[in-house]
Amino acid sequence: MSLQTTAFNSKNTSPVLLNLSDLHLSLASAAGQVDILRGIDLQVGFGETVSIVGPSGAGKSTLMMVAAGLEQPSRGRVEVAGHNLTAMDEDQLALFRRDNIGIVFQAFRLVPTMTAIENVAIPLELAGHPEPFDGAHAALEKVGLSHRVTHYPDQLSGGEQQRVAVARAFVADPKLLLADEPTGNLDGETGEMVFNLLFDMQADYGTTLCLITHDLSLAARCRRTVHLADGRITADETVPAVAP
Amino acid sequence: MSADTLPTQSQSVVRGSGLGLVLRLARRELRGGLSSFWVFLSSLALGVAAIAAVGTVSSAILAGLDRDARSLLGGDVDLRSIHRPVSAEVKAYVRQTGSATEIIGMRAMAEKNGLTDGRRVLVEMKAVGDGYPLVGQVELLPAMDLTTALAVRDGLPGTVIDRSLAARLEVEIGDQMRVGDGYFELRALIEKEPDRAVSAFATFGPRLMIAMDALAATGLVREGSLIRYHDRVRLPNDVDVSSWISDLKARFPDAGFQIRSRDRAAPGFSSFVDRLGLYLSLVGLTALLVGGVGIANAVKSFLERRTATIATLKCLGAPANVIFGVYFVQVLFLATIGTALGLLLGGFAPWVVATFASSLFPFTVPVVIDPLAMLLAASFGFLTAAVFALWPIGKAVQIKAGHLFRALIQPPPGLPQKAIVIAVIIGAAALTALTVLSSADQKIALGFVAGVLVTFFIFRLAAWLISFALKQVGRVRWPGLRLAIANITRPGAPTGNLVLSLGLGVAVLIAVALVDANLRRQVTDRMPAAAPGYYFIDIQPQQIDDFVTLVKDAPGDTLIQRTPMVRGRVTAIAGQPVDDVAVNPDVAWTLRGDRGLTYMAEKPAAAEVVAGNWWPADYQGPPLVSIDANVARGYGVGIGDKLGFNILGREVTAEIVSMRNIDWTTLSMNFVFVFSPGLLEAAPHSIIASVKTESPEIDDVVQKSVSRKFRNISAIRVKDALDAATKILSSVDFAVRLTAMVTLAAGILVLAGAIGAEHRRRIQDGVILKVLGATRWRVITAHLFEYGLLGLITASISAAIGTTAAWVLLAKVMGADFMFSASAVFGTAAACLLVTIGFGMVGTWRALGLKVAPMLRNE
Repeated sequence: MSLQTTAFNSKNTSPVLLNLSDLHLSLASAAGQVDILRGIDLQVGFGETVSIVGPSGAGKSTLMMVAAGLEQPSRGRVEVAGHNLTAMDEDQLALFRRDNIGIVFQAFRLVPTMTAIENVAIPLELAGHPEPFDGAHAALEKVGLSHRVTHYPDQLSGGEQQRVAVARAFVADPKLLLADEPTGNLDGETGEMVFNLLFDMQADYGTTLCLITHDLSLAARCRRTVHLADGRITADETVPAVAP
Repeated sequence: MSADTLPTQSQSVVRGSGLGLVLRLARRELRGGLSSFWVFLSSLALGVAAIAAVGTVSSAILAGLDRDARSLLGGDVDLRSIHRPVSAEVKAYVRQTGSATEIIGMRAMAEKNGLTDGRRVLVEMKAVGDGYPLVGQVELLPAMDLTTALAVRDGLPGTVIDRSLAARLEVEIGDQMRVGDGYFELRALIEKEPDRAVSAFATFGPRLMIAMDALAATGLVREGSLIRYHDRVRLPNDVDVSSWISDLKARFPDAGFQIRSRDRAAPGFSSFVDRLGLYLSLVGLTALLVGGVGIANAVKSFLERRTATIATLKCLGAPANVIFGVYFVQVLFLATIGTALGLLLGGFAPWVVATFASSLFPFTVPVVIDPLAMLLAASFGFLTAAVFALWPIGKAVQIKAGHLFRALIQPPPGLPQKAIVIAVIIGAAALTALTVLSSADQKIALGFVAGVLVTFFIFRLAAWLISFALKQVGRVRWPGLRLAIANITRPGAPTGNLVLSLGLGVAVLIAVALVDANLRRQVTDRMPAAAPGYYFIDIQPQQIDDFVTLVKDAPGDTLIQRTPMVRGRVTAIAGQPVDDVAVNPDVAWTLRGDRGLTYMAEKPAAAEVVAGNWWPADYQGPPLVSIDANVARGYGVGIGDKLGFNILGREVTAEIVSMRNIDWTTLSMNFVFVFSPGLLEAAPHSIIASVKTESPEIDDVVQKSVSRKFRNISAIRVKDALDAATKILSSVDFAVRLTAMVTLAAGILVLAGAIGAEHRRRIQDGVILKVLGATRWRVITAHLFEYGLLGLITASISAAIGTTAAWVLLAKVMGADFMFSASAVFGTAAACLLVTIGFGMVGTWRALGLKVAPMLRNE
């Protein structure tokens, strides 16, 4: 794939942002081959909110890794914004993620040696943004942490760390935001707050949100819910849009 | 940022991986402090310090030698002639062009007049002429002028002597002394003699100095006696020394004297310093390479703690080159600190030598830092850090970002990227090139590099074999041993690092201990058994029959070996002047001054001719020579080649007709050059004899009888010579051992680091075992087994490698016999075992001291 591309600009009129077709992923293990994904077909449009639910071992996290270009499928095609991720090498994928994908992890994954603002600024710095810290500060303000910018991760509570992670995921204005159990390590109240934040930010930025969760009530806040079991999509429900 | 403004990927690559970003991220990563890098920093600092210290001390010694060269030589030029003084024409010319003085040096026996126990001591006698010394001052106790001290007073000339001689003869100021047939009054003790010979090996006796005019009365100046005539010249400052020498040579082409200028005041000593510096540098480099293992471990351990960060950065879009840059910059930063620390430590070395070891040198060792030695040490430091850190960084860059979604984050197995592998190979090649190019002996340096590579390979292989073999053991019944085996063989176990890091250091120490034990044994144990008790020199041909009769009178069997000896020097090798021939440094000593030459009609029974044939006993033709085979190899000559000699001022060419293997370690009478009869008989010569009786006591009786009857004959006690050699060996040995200890210290640092990196796992193991009901004793015994097993195997391999290295050095490089010393090997190996177990148990003890509950809560 050529590095010179214009596919990410606004002239792209495809309604589909994420297109997974006939996705298979098998891993070799001591016990033999394990088929984790067994023929996934999924299309997610621009600005959609999609939750992916299913029991442990259903393949949810793997599906997310494949969508983020962090794992290559054994078979099938992964397209984000019209770009085939399966044809990219690791560095091309890293740059693609930097410019198009934000990720929120269950375990926050903040860099321990960096302050909150430095953590948030990383994607902008990597992209060569002229004022990465201004952008990072603004993102932290949006998540209500403008007073904690110089704190290190171990000086922040779990909820605060996840809010920093949310700010970091949104700061480069990604087209696709992937969140893997973002409230899994938080208590109920804090989890609710982070969840609200995630949806508020999604609405503000117009980002496509794919969310993995065990919590069906949280999943229900997405317009679309994809049920996964044993590496296959077993149901795909969309809540009709409510007229304003 | 909207989609419209997104940069193209090619722009992004450039902007996103800029140096500024790399530096920023690296700086943030270092906020955790340097405490986790103590092994990295100390390993590097230690190795760099060792190399810097050896380099800069060598330079400082040579600089001191150079600075004091004029004083050490006693002038700008020294004209030396053996057996006879230089001609009156030369003396006249010398005095026209500069100030000059005469010195005559010889060995003699000195005694206290009136002492009845027959005690006589071999001295290096020096008769000095007017104007001596031309440079510097002879300092005396009590303080007085040298001319006054040596002047005739009340009909008796004066003498000044070394303090050690005064003690041995029990003479005091004002006492009378006798040398040969001359009587002297002791006027003062010598505190400092500016032109005392600079020699790596001590002279045979203490100094006794008299005035030139008083020499004749001793009756020692006889034809053929080994007498060194010196004419020292001090030139006006505007005269160029080398042009003056060229001019002198042109004027007196056949004068036969040897010329030494102040820029080569002590060539033998300079060569010794270079040689010792080479060996110490290589030992220092071993320390650095052992430290390199520590660097690799430290970087690997650090990156293991950073795997989540690396994966996170990758998730956020950092390309591999940014990740690589961020961590390589950190390594460079740490390398800078470690190297700077090492240079600082090494830079102190000349000061330490000048302050605490100044008595070893007959000149002032200046406290100077050699920038080139420092640059070299720094280059070694940076290259080692880079070579050893590149691999773990290359592996860390391969961490898959997707692993963040799983509990296990670790680099994939296999090699790093091709570019990293190539960079490591280039770095290793650069390290090799630097080692070889900076070495005084490139052949030895290449051998060292090959040895290090083989040793690394052997230790790696050994570690793999240990794991492999233990895996084959299967399940053992005893849980402690089972746990120990599991710890050694589990994936990611530090077995390889432990074996390599400690093993290298111990192997070096064993090699050093063995070489030392061998040299000492040869000097102190083995040689005296075969060696004669005394050498008698300057026996006049007309005295030899009486000498032999006297010696034969000694009780029991007496072995006398005697041979005529003339001094001469090699001037040409295969038709080329010696200065134009590149000879092996090992045999350069044979060209440095005058050598003893002899002639024999028949081949001595003990001589082992390895090439060519001995001349017929009645040979009377052009001069032929039999040469030491090793020296011939060093000269690059063979049978049929010709050697040029200057003997008593006469140029002689002799054809090589045979080569002999000489075992110098027997201390029997041996000559590098033996001539056919017909050439030397006519030259004025003396006879040298070695005497071995049934006991040292009888040896001493014989010596006293000889000295009493023949006052011109000097006796060299072999034991005294050996003691002098042992003393030198002890000084050298200290330097070698110190450097070897640095290697071991580096090994121990690495060991401590590797065990420290294991600490967290030890704690986890300890907690789980405690929860499951294991007593502390059980855990301790399991770990005792583990470290005991590793230490035992490592010590065994180190013993084998160290012994092999010592054998190569002794038998192949030095050409000496090799004897295994069980105490040197097993003592060092046992220490290695104890150190391994000790460090391991410290880690275990700390881990077991922690309470279980808080650990479980944190989990």
